[in-house]
Formats: sequence, C-alpha cells, structure tokens
Amino acid sequence: MVSQAEYKKTEKAAARRNKVCRILTYAGLAIWAVIVLFPFYWMLLTSVKSYGAYNAEHIPAFFTMAPTLQNYTDAFTQVPLVDYLLNTLIFSVITTVLMVAVSVLAAYAFARLEFRGKNLVFTLFLSMMMIPSELVVITNFVTVTNLDLRNTFTGLVLPSVTSVFYIYLLKENFEQVPDELYRAAKVDGTSDLKYLWKVMVPICRPTIITVTILKIIECWNSYVWPRLVTDDPAYYLVSNGIQEIRENGFGRENVPAMMAAVVVISVPLIILFLVFRRKIMEGVSRGGMKG
Amino acid sequence: MNMNKKKAWIYLLPAVLFLALFLVYPLIDVFVYSVEEGYNFASQTYFGTGLYNFSYVLHDPFFLQAVKNTFILVIITVPLSTGLALLISAGLSSVRPLRDLFQTVYFLPYVTNTLAVGLVFMILFQKTEYTDGLVNLMLSWFGAGPVDFIDGPYWAKMFVLCFYTIWIVMPFKILVLTSALASVNQDYYRAARVDGTPRFRVFTKITLPMISPMIFYLVITGFIGAFKAYSDAVALFGTDLNAAGMNTIVGYVYDMLYGDSGGYPSYASAAAVILFAIVLTITCINLLVSRKKIEY
Repeated sequence: MVSQAEYKKTEKAAARRNKVCRILTYAGLAIWAVIVLFPFYWMLLTSVKSYGAYNAEHIPAFFTMAPTLQNYTDAFTQVPLVDYLLNTLIFSVITTVLMVAVSVLAAYAFARLEFRGKNLVFTLFLSMMMIPSELVVITNFVTVTNLDLRNTFTGLVLPSVTSVFYIYLLKENFEQVPDELYRAAKVDGTSDLKYLWKVMVPICRPTIITVTILKIIECWNSYVWPRLVTDDPAYYLVSNGIQEIRENGFGRENVPAMMAAVVVISVPLIILFLVFRRKIMEGVSRGGMKG
Repeated sequence: MNMNKKKAWIYLLPAVLFLALFLVYPLIDVFVYSVEEGYNFASQTYFGTGLYNFSYVLHDPFFLQAVKNTFILVIITVPLSTGLALLISAGLSSVRPLRDLFQTVYFLPYVTNTLAVGLVFMILFQKTEYTDGLVNLMLSWFGAGPVDFIDGPYWAKMFVLCFYTIWIVMPFKILVLTSALASVNQDYYRAARVDGTPRFRVFTKITLPMISPMIFYLVITGFIGAFKAYSDAVALFGTDLNAAGMNTIVGYVYDMLYGDSGGYPSYASAAAVILFAIVLTITCINLLVSRKKIEY
C-alpha cells in the first residue's frame, strides 16, 4: 500500500533527523567537557615535564615522553607547601567543627524549642543572608587587628564561622523529625541536649555531612579574609601560598614546579568531590553559591 | 515554661554572638566609617563627618577604572554564561547515556581553588620570551598573530578575565538549570508530541516559560556574583591589579584597606557602600523585571 510506504518513509526521515540531532548534542556536550577538562590536563602534563624540557619548548607540546616527578620534590622541598597545606587543614577543620556545632544548636532552637519572638528572630536571621561579605570585612579586619589577632588561627577562624544559610538548611531538616519522638524522649526524662545528640543528629546525619563538606570546600578555597589577616607566610593558607609561590616562589620562573604545587592543592578537593559527588551537587543546588 | 524559654536562648547564644559580632556590628560600622573624614587607622581618630570619602573615591581614577572593568565583566559574563548554561543543560537533559559523566565533569570547576587553577589559565594564555603559549599556538593555526593576553592590550586581558569567570561560574548554573529542567512536568511534553509540535517551538513555548523563575534566579545571583569579582582577577594578573589596569570594585576596596596602597578603611568603606548601592539597585531592577515577565 502506498500510504504505508509513505508512512515508513516519513518515519525513517524523522529517525534520521533525530540521529543528527543527537550527534550534534553530544558534540556540543563533548566540546564543553574538553574546555572544562583541558586546564586540568594541562596542569598535570606541565607538572611532569622537566624544567629544562619545558623551557626548551618554543611550541608547547601536548604530551611528554619523559615524565618526571622532580617537580613534585621541588614543590615539597623548595617552598613551604606542606606548611600551607597543614595551615589550611587546621583552619578548615576548626572552622567547620565550630560552624557545625553553632549551627546545629541554633537550628535545634528554631526547629524544636518554643520561645517568644521565635518567628521574628528567625526572619532576622534569614535577612542576614543578604548581607554581602564585602561590607562587613572592613570592620572585621579592624576588629581583628585591634584585638591583636592578626597572624593567628583565632583571627582567621572567628569571622569565618557564621553561616546563616547552613542554620536554615539544618532547621528545615530538623523540622522533618516527627514530634512523637521528642515527646517520648521527654516522657523518659531525656534532656534536650541528649535528645539532640542521640536522636536528632543521627537522624539528620546526611544533611549534616552535606553542610560539613560544603563548608570544607569553602574554607579550602577562601582567599580574601586569609589574605587580609595574615602577612606572615607561616600562617598562609593554600590560596595565599600559591600566590606567594607565583610571585617569589622558586627563585626563578619555574612553571613546572608551580604546576606541581597547583596539582597538590587541587587534588584533595577533587577526591572529596568524587567521593561525595551526589551530596555536594545536591547541597549546592539547594542554594549554595560560589564565593 | 520560663525555664524552656531560657534554654532556647542558650542554644541560640553562640550563633547570635557570632552573628552580632562579625555580621551585624560590622554592617552598621561600615556606614559609620564611610562618613568619618580623615580617619587615622593608628590613632583611631577622625576630624569630621561628611561625604568627603565618597567624593574622594568617585574622583579616584583607579576606582573609575575598577568600576568600568567590573561593569564590562558583568555585562559580558552574565548573559553569556546564563545562555551557555541553558544550552548545555538543555543538551544534557535530552540525552541519557553518559549524562552522569558529563554532569560530573561539568561540576569540577566548582570544587577547584580559584587561585590555583587561575595560574593554569595564566600559563595557557601567557606569552613569554621563550614561548607564545598554547592559546597563541591555536590562534596561529587560524593565521591570527600572537597576542599577550596577560600583559598586553586591555581587551585581550578582559577577554581572559571573562573567559575564566565564565569557566568558574558555569557549574552552578548548569546544575541549577538541569534540576529545573528535570522538574518540568512531562505531561506537557507528551501533549506537545501528540500535537506534533516542532522541537524549537516546544523549547520556547513550554520549557523556557516553565523554568523562567530559575533563569531569573540565576540572572540575579549572577549579577550579584559578577559585581563582586575579585579573586579570579588576582589569579590571572597577580595582586597588583591597579598596575595591570584590571582592578575590580571589590579589589579596590581591599587595596584601600590593606597592602602597599592600604590603610584607608574610610575610603574602603565608602567604596564598599557604593558597590552595595549598585548591587542593590541592579537586584531591584531585576526583581521588578522578573515580576513582570514570569507568567505564573
């Protein structure tokens, strides 16, 4: 039948169009993937090129036949990279632990306890999310300087602890825990603190982990505040450290060793991301912002 | 009950203390600083109040340069990155195999250290005595001459800055738009397919209106974020941004506060207040426009 044949023909044409469309889509997606990945490839590649080979390349080579780990040795021995990493680790851990503790307590008060003006206080809290950090950083800098806390971990950590957004996130999660559990615990004479620690925290562990990871990423990448309050390289975090390495690092323009340092700084977060991929992406899509 | 009330405040106390000390007090104080004329950082004295700080900042060529740079950066990167993110997310949601892989890859820039990866971009774009660099090599394939992107003409530097900024902000936008696209009710698409609606029409008539709130959210946060650009510029051009002519408003604030040109918290405060006013105005305009445009 003619109509049947015609129908088949249109169907085939549609399928072909679909196929072309799909190929184009994949090509576009692949191009962006290359743009994203290429800097990572380039930093890895450059970090294993030897100093001499790199500087002899008038035209950059896309691969190397003689990879070397010498640059990593240089990065660890010639500049205080280990100190920068340790500082960042200490800073991130203290800040994150304090932030989680403070936020969990506040979120519990908002989610479970009753007090007059709760809604008003919570609205005030939320409105604080709008305060841009650029505005408050000036006074914080003056405060920390006056308290003689420059070049100390206390000065680094204290202003970085507050995070209204995470209080909000935790509060939303705490509210989903059924009231019956709380009443049962109250009947048993459990104190609020014990209830929070033994019941709420374990139930809401996924959210707490998300918040923790997001804060660690934030700490690891923080640049502005550490730069303001530390001018003693002994207290530099990785962001300032890499800037220091760039400006007067290896005594000469040693790009491969610099790239080795960049790799070392980037790898911990990339591993963290690959392990907690879903959690991080979910947390960020719920309102995280780079900054 | 009174007991309970007190307990709630004890739980809130740490958060309230931190917020009051490092968020609320500084917010009020910055406005106070901005009107104190001739504030001396060492002796903490000033001789009068007035608007001189604002006038000084607004007449400072470095500030005007920073404002110009920031506006150019905002005007270029916000529409481009949002449009590109829309394109990529639409592509992502139309395919099934490899989608997870692509999503993971696209998110990588979010978890990288801006300063560290900025160095890689600098290496890629830089032209030195030894080598023209990779990007110039690629340009030469198309017969274009070598350009020094890091230390050369203004627009070359601006191009790198915009490129890097877009690279950094894309993960967040792609993520938000992909989840917005995933939450569109599939019935609309099925209905459109029954009617034989062309693909492009489906996109403009169903998809775009359905996710328009999210697009506006991204535009608003994009504007706010781009106006605060700073560390990307430092990563590419080093800490002395004024010398490179690539300073941003936030960079100007920090330079006034600290560093070789620093020690003027009053000027820094005035500049920060001006920045805040700009961002607030733009956000309000954005909100007004989105009120009118979002259909449901």
